[in-house]
Amino acid sequence: MTVGIVGYGAYVPSFRIKVEEIARVWHTDPASIREGLNVMEKAVPDADEDAATIAVEAARRALTSAGISGDKIEAIYVGSESHPYAVKPTATIVAKAISSNPRLMAADLEFACKAGTAGIQILLGFAKSGMIRYGMSIGADTSQGRPGDALEYTTGAGGAAYIIGNAKSEVIAEITNTASYTTDTPDFWRRDGAEFPSHSGRFTGEPAYFKHVVGATELILKDTGMRPSDFAYAVFHQPNGKFPINVAKQLGFEMKQIEQGLLVPLIGNTYSGSSLLGLAAVLDVAKPGDKVLVTSFGSGAGSDSFVLEIKEPIEKKRARTVPVRQMISAGKIYVDYAMYLKNKGFIVK
Amino acid sequence: MERTTARAWRKFGSRYNLIGNKCENCGEVYFPPRVVCRNCGRNSKLVEKRLSGSGTIYSFTKIRSPPDNFSDIAPYTVGIIQLDEGPKVEGHIIENGKQAEIGARVKMMFRKMYAEGGEGMIHYHYKFVIE
Repeated sequence: MTVGIVGYGAYVPSFRIKVEEIARVWHTDPASIREGLNVMEKAVPDADEDAATIAVEAARRALTSAGISGDKIEAIYVGSESHPYAVKPTATIVAKAISSNPRLMAADLEFACKAGTAGIQILLGFAKSGMIRYGMSIGADTSQGRPGDALEYTTGAGGAAYIIGNAKSEVIAEITNTASYTTDTPDFWRRDGAEFPSHSGRFTGEPAYFKHVVGATELILKDTGMRPSDFAYAVFHQPNGKFPINVAKQLGFEMKQIEQGLLVPLIGNTYSGSSLLGLAAVLDVAKPGDKVLVTSFGSGAGSDSFVLEIKEPIEKKRARTVPVRQMISAGKIYVDYAMYLKNKGFIVK
Repeated sequence: MERTTARAWRKFGSRYNLIGNKCENCGEVYFPPRVVCRNCGRNSKLVEKRLSGSGTIYSFTKIRSPPDNFSDIAPYTVGIIQLDEGPKVEGHIIENGKQAEIGARVKMMFRKMYAEGGEGMIHYHYKFVIE
């Protein structure tokens, strides 16, 4: 049985705000922020966009890519830190919007920035056991950052959807292995009812991001007996533009392996969408036979690592949707800080 | 609130997607779906048809005096869209930095229509984005 991705879809809002514009308001030095974070601008939602609308757009594109209709999907998981409802699933909104069949397993997931990859792991189990033929996992966020906080320069909006299936003729990227590394690490959190997340500053680095990304990646390399040089591409979670580059170097990967999937300088950290959008950008260009490594990270903390092997049907299926980098660069609309606050709902009439 | 919720729920199918029907006898496409084809009457052969959501602006106007739920987004544009399959449908038009004009190409997207305050239901609906 060949289990893996049979379709994928990505969505990033058109609106952007530049680091300079945020720095202008808070009287900080944009050049040092750009250099320090390796982020130039971030994608922000329109006033009528939220994690559900992003998830639906990504889901519809994934169905187009897979060439199947929504009623074939037997399980939907939506990972997000910004589900529009605290209680009432985003997954059911997606299900209705893609006209899925009510015989459906569905839930919203939350594990900071890695709930979308956790959903893929659940679906791998279902698909491998033969419980389902197709399931969809989505990572989508309109990331929150408190005005004036360092997070505000990076918190972006976007998402990606993946359809996992088990028919050899349909799989565009076989997922041969997965491994996770999870500990109780309070690097970043948002309390129930709180509007904005809190974080432990530099503590989000070494003991959180680096320990878990390295931990999961080393586990999967050990499980598979593979070396970094065996991979054509690698994608690591992208909270800023520096961490994924540094962790790649630490693990022995080269810049040429990660640059295709490194989107954070252009759209910011899309939280649950981050590593999944990076993977979508890789799937846009990868060739059959290529091996791809993906390691997500979610604060709290944990990382999910995957080894993928690209398969022949990818050429036909990716031609059905707009490539991620093309979508990101086309039709950008820059907003100023006041419009950004209004669209995010931080200021109301 | 309860009345609004039930009413909205009944319409999710036609608010989230453009699902109409097509008469297989004459080829006419309808949205919203019709019970009887206006061309074929008792010879109607209507089957469900999912519309692509692509079309052109047939007419439009700008709303500057909005209902309460839309005051934060006013002024906003609404219009009549001529869908590629034939039917005309009303909807919000998202200009995305462009100007609405008759004949402009649009594509359906899934967006938030309005929320009932901070604790009520969130209403989602298709809208049309200028391409």
